[in-house]
Amino acid sequence: MGEAGKISRYLYTVIVLFIIWLFLTSSLDVQELEIGFVMSLIVAAFSYELFTTNGLRNLHPKRIAYAAAYIPYFLWAMIMANLDVAYRVLHPKRPINPGIVECKTVLKSDVGKLSLANSITLTPGTITLDVMGDRYFIHWIDVKDSTVEGASENITRPFEKFLKVIFG
Amino acid sequence: MNAVSALGELLVLFGVFFYFLSALGLIRMPDVYNRMQTATKSATLGSLGVIIGTGIWAVGKGLYWGWITKSIVIAVFILLTNPISAHALIRGAYKSGIPLWKGSVVDRYREALKEKEGGEE
Repeated sequence: MGEAGKISRYLYTVIVLFIIWLFLTSSLDVQELEIGFVMSLIVAAFSYELFTTNGLRNLHPKRIAYAAAYIPYFLWAMIMANLDVAYRVLHPKRPINPGIVECKTVLKSDVGKLSLANSITLTPGTITLDVMGDRYFIHWIDVKDSTVEGASENITRPFEKFLKVIFG
Repeated sequence: MNAVSALGELLVLFGVFFYFLSALGLIRMPDVYNRMQTATKSATLGSLGVIIGTGIWAVGKGLYWGWITKSIVIAVFILLTNPISAHALIRGAYKSGIPLWKGSVVDRYREALKEKEGGEE
């Protein structure tokens, strides 16, 4: 996917910055909104080149719907991951079976890969150790399948179906 | 005490429980990689619980509702940055040559690094 136009990227940055401003001030006072909007315009002018490559395409309704579905799914996966690790920590025999496995991903964009790596780090017993192109090296606390296909099936597949739509 | 602040206190308790597990994991796990597993996941979830819980508790006490929106912003930034620092630490540990625990079953990264060196020569 190529880069979006400058105006689209700029507007997207303004929108995101303004939403963060709304959350930080938590006020709907007209003066607060005005100064926040002006500041968003100024800061976006400096930062939009670094901030995004997709621009307004990120706000496509389908992407937002998938992102909204991803958040509860991800939080649930994270809580289950923590209970799993808690079980391993508290069990007297310490049932761990660690190793470094390799996964392949179908994601293309850099932001998508970053989100996948972050999601992997926060969920069931896995930490991303390094990324080379589309190959992920993951430290897994309980290796169930050491082949590339088996590990990908277990670790990256559940997230990819969401992230593929959100980030392309 | 009303229901909202009770919910907030419950979330803080939940967070503290995971902080405790994280500290316990640091002691019980055998090598640096497994320690990172417990330290990042449990500490991230613990922070989320404590921060969001504080926001909800403050709103339940009748304080300014900005508490909850600000705590959400902080939680989101923690969620975005914490895994990156964990990744940097574990990669640094590997690059500086710390061996895996003797019970580890597989190390694909070493194979891939060798393959890469072989290809460049």
